[in-house]
Amino acid sequence: MSRTIKLGAWPLLRHVVLLAGALVVLAPFIWMLSTASKPADEIYSSELHLIPHHFALWENLREAFAKADLWRYLLNGLIVTVSIFALQILIALPAAYALAKLRFLGRGPLFALVLFGILIPPQATAIPVFLLLHKLGALDSYAALVLPFTISVFGIFLMRQFFKTVPDDLIDAARMDGISEFGIVWRVMLPTAIPAVTAFGIFSVVAHWNDYFWPLIVLNSPQYYTPPLAVAHFRNAEAGTNYGPLMAAALVIIAPLVIAFLLAQRRFIEGITLTGLK
Amino acid sequence: MARIELSAIRKSFDTTDVLRGVDLTIEDGEFVSLVGPSGCGKSTLLRIIAGLEQQGSGEVRIGGEPVDGVRPSQRNLAMVFQSYALYPHLSVFDNIAVPLRMKRLTTLERLPLLGRLLPNRYRVEREIRQEVEHVAAQLELSAFLGRKPGQLSGGQRQRVAVGRAIVRRPVAFLFDEPLSNLDAKLRVHMRAEIAQLHRRLQATFIYVTHDQAEAMTMSGRIAVMIGGELVQVGRPAEVYDNPRDIRVAEFVGSPKINLLPGQIRSDGAVETLGQRIGVATKGIAQPCRVGVRPERIQVGSGPFVGHVVHVENMGAEAFVHLGVEGLATPLLARIGDVRELPMLGSALRFGFAPDAVRLFDAAGKRIEAHAAPAAVRTLEVASV
Repeated sequence: MSRTIKLGAWPLLRHVVLLAGALVVLAPFIWMLSTASKPADEIYSSELHLIPHHFALWENLREAFAKADLWRYLLNGLIVTVSIFALQILIALPAAYALAKLRFLGRGPLFALVLFGILIPPQATAIPVFLLLHKLGALDSYAALVLPFTISVFGIFLMRQFFKTVPDDLIDAARMDGISEFGIVWRVMLPTAIPAVTAFGIFSVVAHWNDYFWPLIVLNSPQYYTPPLAVAHFRNAEAGTNYGPLMAAALVIIAPLVIAFLLAQRRFIEGITLTGLK
Repeated sequence: MARIELSAIRKSFDTTDVLRGVDLTIEDGEFVSLVGPSGCGKSTLLRIIAGLEQQGSGEVRIGGEPVDGVRPSQRNLAMVFQSYALYPHLSVFDNIAVPLRMKRLTTLERLPLLGRLLPNRYRVEREIRQEVEHVAAQLELSAFLGRKPGQLSGGQRQRVAVGRAIVRRPVAFLFDEPLSNLDAKLRVHMRAEIAQLHRRLQATFIYVTHDQAEAMTMSGRIAVMIGGELVQVGRPAEVYDNPRDIRVAEFVGSPKINLLPGQIRSDGAVETLGQRIGVATKGIAQPCRVGVRPERIQVGSGPFVGHVVHVENMGAEAFVHLGVEGLATPLLARIGDVRELPMLGSALRFGFAPDAVRLFDAAGKRIEAHAAPAAVRTLEVASV
């Protein structure tokens, strides 16, 4: 590389500010990584150091897996997030198609209701939904974790906006070819909307993988615990908080999301920008 | 193959009447163009024939059967759209195969994985493959069967859309401005291809376009639609030569017909720009409009004088724009020999034969006129 890069004062300053911002965001993760790699005596020692003197990540991981059934919690997380996402798509796509492309009485008010639904925070409806699940006898089960999130107004809104950009001719062509309206949703709209579905998938999976609030209030039995609850479980262990294994467990729990993101990074960002532009 | 009859078709969106009672019969194997300015309702009419839109009132019959309430796919028509409307996620092969798969495979057999296990599917798929390959060969698409529409040029996409239409062997083809997304050169080429396709298939074609040149060059009959009504239906030459309405005269033909203000005298003689033009009519004294096609204007001699304001040399022919006193817009005259073009700004005499004149009344309706038998040509010329 013979080309020299000249940095003016302003670009330099910009990069310094950006780096500082990145550091603030990354600091907890770095600290988590550091703590997970330290033996107990180093964690509790008064001096602060980032690099552990004695590298104890494997011991901490072994202890974390020994203390709790981490595989089980990861599997729970997978079951819950995949079920939620699949059901959300199952409901949001036909709804969005109807709102975007079919002409029927009351479409405007219905769409206004969808928009209104986005404004309602999930915490506001938590207690009624909790009572409903209680009456149904569905508390403390996978159903309690999945059912309240199957209708995503955000998903309906996002997909509807995307479907608006699909030319009407394509739908008419499908009708001429003999594809039914539901067939159009799954065979024509879904494949063209893959970028939007991907973007929505990221939001949905990340939100429900990391959700702490809802599993905490509907679950009692540890066998249904989702990953965030499992981490909290470590903190409440009777012998007092053991930060090394706790951080190691946290590491295990965020790992699937980080790995998935790294693997599909380009597609993810493509999806988000695509839906943003259109 | 089928005859398509439309009777008293009306359609309105909210409060606007898009179609105001359209009657049209399209014979089996005929190539009819619906032509008109944008917003005249021609696409809506086509969509009503296809079944994609419900008419407000009136009846559509295909092959003698009323098709109201029959789903688009059951009408067995094929449509080619302006945007081609190819499925972007499917290959050219799959795009062409879709109508056949929808018709011949059951829902169960179409399932992605399970369907493969069913014995019938294998047999039907083999038939479909043969037919798609046959159609692709006809349209010179064989080399592109594995590509996605995004990897094709505009003309190739157009051919895929046509392929998807012919593969199902419909009773009639509907074209909705299929060439307007192509560049000018390709459009002329595809015009010839579609005309050939019609000759080969001998099927009923209904072709919607706003481009009168497309309609004139391809179709057996053209139906000029303006403001939701069929104003004139006839062979292209007839519509061009014998427009029943001033809007038809203006719409058909490029460049546009020249319209001069005129006056019908009480003796039936017609005057324009202060000159009698050797045309007589039976009508009463009234103001009128005198229409003359650019190619019927004779330049070099005649009772009128104009100034050359612009010359368009197309190579094979040229159009001279003449500024004439008493006319708001320049008058256009075609000159066949481009080697003898007049100078800009020069004064030019011009005239036209009585049989070149098409007369319209103030409301735009055609007035029948004939050459005045013993017309005394006034040769005096207003000095300009």
